[in-house]
Amino acid sequence: MLTEKILFYVFAAILIFAASMVVTVRHSVRAALFLVLAFFTAAGLWLMLHAEFLAIVLVLVYVGAVMVLFLFVVMSVDLDQGRLREGFGRHMPVGLLVAGVVIAEMVSILSIDQLAIVAPESATVAVNNVEAVGQLLYRQYIYPVEIASVILLVGIIAAISMTLRGRRQSRYIAPAEQLAANKRDRLRVVDLREPASTDSSAESKGDDN
Amino acid sequence: MEFSTQELIPVLPEITLLVMASVVLLVDLFAPGKERVGTYTTSMLALALTALVSVYSYQGEQLVFAGHHQSDGLSLVLKLAMVIAVAVVFLYGRGYLAVRGLLNGEFFTLSLFGLLGMMIIASAGSLLSLYLGLETLSLSLYALVGFDRRSVASSEAAIKYFILGALASGVLLYGISILYGVTGTIQTAAMQMEIQAVLTSAGQYQMLLGLGVVFVVVGAAFKLGAAPFHMWLPDIYEGSPTAVTNYLGTASKLAAIALVLRLFADVLQPLIHQWQPMLMLLAVASLAVGNIIAIAQTNFKRMLAYSAISHMGFVLLGVLVGTGAGYSASLFYMITYAITGLAAFGLIMLLSRLGFEAENLVDFKGLAQRSPLMGLVVLLVMFSMAGVPPTVGFFAKLAVIDAVIEQGFAWIAVVAVLFSVIGAFYYLRVVKLVFFDGVEDPSPLVSSWDERFVLVLNGLFVLVLGLFPGKLLEICNQVFTGL
Repeated sequence: MLTEKILFYVFAAILIFAASMVVTVRHSVRAALFLVLAFFTAAGLWLMLHAEFLAIVLVLVYVGAVMVLFLFVVMSVDLDQGRLREGFGRHMPVGLLVAGVVIAEMVSILSIDQLAIVAPESATVAVNNVEAVGQLLYRQYIYPVEIASVILLVGIIAAISMTLRGRRQSRYIAPAEQLAANKRDRLRVVDLREPASTDSSAESKGDDN
Repeated sequence: MEFSTQELIPVLPEITLLVMASVVLLVDLFAPGKERVGTYTTSMLALALTALVSVYSYQGEQLVFAGHHQSDGLSLVLKLAMVIAVAVVFLYGRGYLAVRGLLNGEFFTLSLFGLLGMMIIASAGSLLSLYLGLETLSLSLYALVGFDRRSVASSEAAIKYFILGALASGVLLYGISILYGVTGTIQTAAMQMEIQAVLTSAGQYQMLLGLGVVFVVVGAAFKLGAAPFHMWLPDIYEGSPTAVTNYLGTASKLAAIALVLRLFADVLQPLIHQWQPMLMLLAVASLAVGNIIAIAQTNFKRMLAYSAISHMGFVLLGVLVGTGAGYSASLFYMITYAITGLAAFGLIMLLSRLGFEAENLVDFKGLAQRSPLMGLVVLLVMFSMAGVPPTVGFFAKLAVIDAVIEQGFAWIAVVAVLFSVIGAFYYLRVVKLVFFDGVEDPSPLVSSWDERFVLVLNGLFVLVLGLFPGKLLEICNQVFTGL
């Protein structure tokens, strides 16, 4: 019990720290990385509530896919930090006012008696929720799941057929065409002599082509 | 619930098609070539197998996979019609696309996966599988419409279709989720009973049900292409390659009627007093918009698009009646419209050649002198669309109007007939161009014998079905005798 408590406080502290760093840190890539940290610790908290499926999905989907995509976007977009912080002082009073209102709202809602907050109980050990979700998905909903997989396949085919443009962009040499080249097709001999001129100087033959 | 292999039998048509579509995908990889003989043959084989399996695996009404898959008479009839329609689309489209260098394997694979989506809609036992089937079909269609990447019109049509289609899917899904929220179940049969219970209990959820119905009606009308949600139709018909327009205008319309019948005849039947006026509005608006704007068209494909809108009006008329007779009339109407539409788009493709698209009305001038058989096909198709006996279009309109009058909506029948008379003008104008105008473009018609043979057969089928409509009408009636 004690280790659980210690673990909870450690996770909670890191979570709050990471979450506050997300909004305060200056560099957007670091902010995204702190968000990843926040997700990991939140997954840890869920794991302690025996919600292991949610925890795994949070890590797999949010950390593994969404945040990686997000990092790509953040890294490839050139953000002008200076312009983002422009007018910070000017917007500060409005921001503080909105923040104050939101805090007041949350306090008033959370202090209502009906919403007596009880500590979330961990799920009973007998029910394995990965198994429960799996049972539902692969028994009762197996037909829709299969159709969804077909939709993904159709999506892949559609995306490829819409974007694959063959090898049009690669530069290549057609040997047959090269061999078939004729001097007459490429070379035009221009007579540069003056029409009435008697002086027949060396004519240009332009063989250097 | 324990799974038994018996449950797989009703789903065999879908499984066969999925496996065969994947085989086509692989065959196309190893059998290239401009004519795509291997891909084409395998695709046709896939369709034949699917049709056979559909017939032989049918064991009466069955609900499997926890109620997500439902096989009944409606699903069987629609599946067979869809498979045949796609086969004819492939037949007409192959030569047309090959000449233009557009014949990729993706045309076949995406069409087959789209067909799979249609079949899933046709035998959807829950709104979840209905929606997923719709998405499978739509995703294939978006890619097919934008298939000709060199054409700006094709890409524009694809983008328009994608945005509007995604919006419509979202609206439909929102309606479905409201219905799910009220009833707490997604299976059609259970949902119908829950809706009944909510209606009798006089609780506060009735208005919420109404809201859900509004969203479902709007989403379905978008997919069907009924006015005032028809804006996407003409541009997409005109912009996409004609082989794809053929697919879009015939096979996917069968999926649309499947969607509408599964939604309104199954799930929302208890709420008929709510959706009946909405469909009435849609039907009358479609008849008016489709028939009047079609008169002003000079492009044959656009004219067919507006004509499709007016035909959707007729289909909705049959649905809004809310009786078995009305539903079966709508089903009959849609199947015969698909047969007629196949011939109409087939004509455009067979009259076209490389660098020339016979899509303008003037291109049909004097066709009867260039090729009397083609002229005959135009005559039959246009008469059927206008509803002139003895072609099948007459009996389709007759069945719908009969069902409408039976339920006491005489004024709607009068409106429908009036707009049909207006519509007859632009259909007969095409006949006039073909038979009574001089030839403007004397170049010979190039098309392969099998395409011409099937087109003439297709045209004659419109006539034969008109002379002997009894069998198909009987089948359509049997589907709904349970209601």
